Amino acid sequence: MDIPFNVKERPDTGLYNGKLGIWLFLASEVMLFGGLFSAYIFLRTGVDNWPAGTEYLNVPLATLNTLFLISSSVTMVMSWASLKLNDFKKFKLYSGVTLLFAFGFLVIKYFEYTAKFSHHYYPSTNNFLGIYFTMTGLHVLHVLGGIIVIGYFFGPGSKMWNTDPERFTNRIEIVGLYWHFVDLVWIFLFPVLYLL
Amino acid sequence: MSEGHHKQSFWTKYIWSTDHKVIGIQYGITALVWLLFGFVLIAIMRYQIAYPGTPIPLIGSLLGPDGALPPETYNSMGAMHGTIMIFLGVVPLAFGAFGNYFVPLQIGAIDMAFPKLNAASYWMYFLGSVIMVIGFFVPGGAANSGWTSYPPLSNIATMGQTVWLWGMVMLITSSLLGSVNILATVIQLRADGMTWMKLPIFVWTQFITAFLLLLAFPPLEAAGVLQLMDRLAGTSFFMPSGLVVSGGGVYAGGGSPLLWQHLFWFLAHPEVYVLILPAFGIVTEVIANNTRKPIKGYRSLVYAMIFLGFMSFIVWAHHMYLTGMGTTIGAFFQTTTMIISIPSVVILTALLLSLWGGSIRFNTPMLFALGFLPMFGIGGLTGLPLGLAASDIHLHDTYYVIGHFHYVVAPGTIFALFAGIYYWFPKITGKRTNETLGKLHFYFSFIFMNGVFMPMFIQGLAGLSRRMNDGGETYAHAAGVIHLNEFMTISAWLLGVAQLFFIVNMIISLRSEKTGESNPWGATTIDWTDTTSPPLGHGNFEKVPTVYRGPYEYSVPNQKNDFLPQSQKG
Repeated sequence: MDIPFNVKERPDTGLYNGKLGIWLFLASEVMLFGGLFSAYIFLRTGVDNWPAGTEYLNVPLATLNTLFLISSSVTMVMSWASLKLNDFKKFKLYSGVTLLFAFGFLVIKYFEYTAKFSHHYYPSTNNFLGIYFTMTGLHVLHVLGGIIVIGYFFGPGSKMWNTDPERFTNRIEIVGLYWHFVDLVWIFLFPVLYLL
Repeated sequence: MSEGHHKQSFWTKYIWSTDHKVIGIQYGITALVWLLFGFVLIAIMRYQIAYPGTPIPLIGSLLGPDGALPPETYNSMGAMHGTIMIFLGVVPLAFGAFGNYFVPLQIGAIDMAFPKLNAASYWMYFLGSVIMVIGFFVPGGAANSGWTSYPPLSNIATMGQTVWLWGMVMLITSSLLGSVNILATVIQLRADGMTWMKLPIFVWTQFITAFLLLLAFPPLEAAGVLQLMDRLAGTSFFMPSGLVVSGGGVYAGGGSPLLWQHLFWFLAHPEVYVLILPAFGIVTEVIANNTRKPIKGYRSLVYAMIFLGFMSFIVWAHHMYLTGMGTTIGAFFQTTTMIISIPSVVILTALLLSLWGGSIRFNTPMLFALGFLPMFGIGGLTGLPLGLAASDIHLHDTYYVIGHFHYVVAPGTIFALFAGIYYWFPKITGKRTNETLGKLHFYFSFIFMNGVFMPMFIQGLAGLSRRMNDGGETYAHAAGVIHLNEFMTISAWLLGVAQLFFIVNMIISLRSEKTGESNPWGATTIDWTDTTSPPLGHGNFEKVPTVYRGPYEYSVPNQKNDFLPQSQKG
């Protein structure tokens, strides 16, 4: 016996199981990052002098990274839409580009981190850098997780398209939802850490 | 396993299973073992409290050079007792075991929505629990800053604290997977006709519990990440400026110990309701079944529980009145705390009124359920003075607090869990438990539970502080109440002995003949009426039933039986 609504939507909720699952997971993620953002506010309001992000951080590079992630979200949607339109080649193209953007993000992040370390800016230097490394570090882990999953469906996982295309399309939709969330977290992190 | 299924090896059937029932049993057995372990820890500690400095019989030589419990080990054991009982014992039993096993059965699902994630959830829990105990073997011993892990103490504590944090991260991941699964299962996999207002209360409680776990645990994960950074990367999130640590490193400072408390209690208050809601669910099922009448106020119960779940997110700082966070914030949290007591009273009143006019069957599960009501009542009512800042100033960090939450969790939740085990044992095994042993288990547990926890109120009101390895003998103001320590310790040890009735009962019952009854209690819910004969095979139902009526239609007039199954038409 198969579990109901694994692929097809349940009529009264309008969701298939996986989609509901990922939304619940993202709700939990909101609370995780919400906790960290709250901690940031709490720490910042608790001290007299809090450094401006621009004293330490490279705004142009981060702006470029923001563009990378937003673009990757767009290509992520396009890859899902391609599957909906039955165009597997376009799917490969768009998810490939998504991966490139994601890698680009990591490369820039790597240069940012090493630049900090070369100036002897460490998490232990002060709480601003501490929260910067903690939050962006956790975000980088999420990007890495996304790359692994998107990479899997770009490569070996894409075989499912031949056997169960609807389920495969659903999986890409779910990954996409996660990826947009990772993007969204960065859109909050960027102004809060770099600009304010 | 029912006939007609291909043969599976022991490993795929019992170890790497994705069947929700097997996972439920795995959760249940692991959690019971941890409960016993957590109890052994406190039994040793209570000996030290009652007879400070005296060598502990039999195992003393393992604990310290002179046979007595060293203060450092006492601290480790105290922190681990709390952690193990809550995170490895009660929650996995109430939510992991009962939720996994009976939520799909009660809503008419063949399995959970995500069976593989379900198995992953169990193994994460198992791994997390092993990591927790590895702490005992690292230099400096297990975490020793209390189960609350307050910094700055926990920041500078020995390595066991880092192990504790990694263990917590695993447990949080496990609970995330479990709660997503329960929520998706209840939302997506209800059988035809099983509308929200036809759900058994047990399912409602598990559903709300899952929401609490889903949303309350991540802030603790955030806090755990921050504390790991403090401990491993040298940040100062919880280290205030100007703190001098003898022999410690240099800290940039500028952090706030209070931040940890906010993040911690943001989890740990909803956690209280995670502990109690499944207990409400089990007790409701047992009471309705054994009074043979509908429970009073099904809708009131449901709405009260939803409201309780919502409110539980905005009461956390009532644990922090003494931290100097300010009277305005204190006033807000006092108000919300008084408000949250209302739904609890609604629930307890509904259950109490449900007894009215019933011809009650006093079997073992019912005795535990009936024991739950006054015990939880005492636990709840003694919480009110702690919720008000003025009286909390006197009672904070005394044994009164310990008495209060143990009444909620030990004779409260754990009694309900025992009720659940006795109640559903025939469904799981197809066998009956021994009633005499069950009743002895109840009566002795009931007496000794009160013997342990009731004197704590007296000691606490006299001002005796918690977490002291000598039981407070150096404090003059405690002199009048310190003699109670011995009484409590003896009660605790006897409470442990009383659990032998349970263990023996389980062994005897498991070895007994199958009775073959699939609905021995005459229950209405579809876990009893429509599943295949116990023990259940994969798939649970011959044919998933359609649901036509509410869950508690007992003693309906002019019917052949005194109960109408949910799946009975017309």
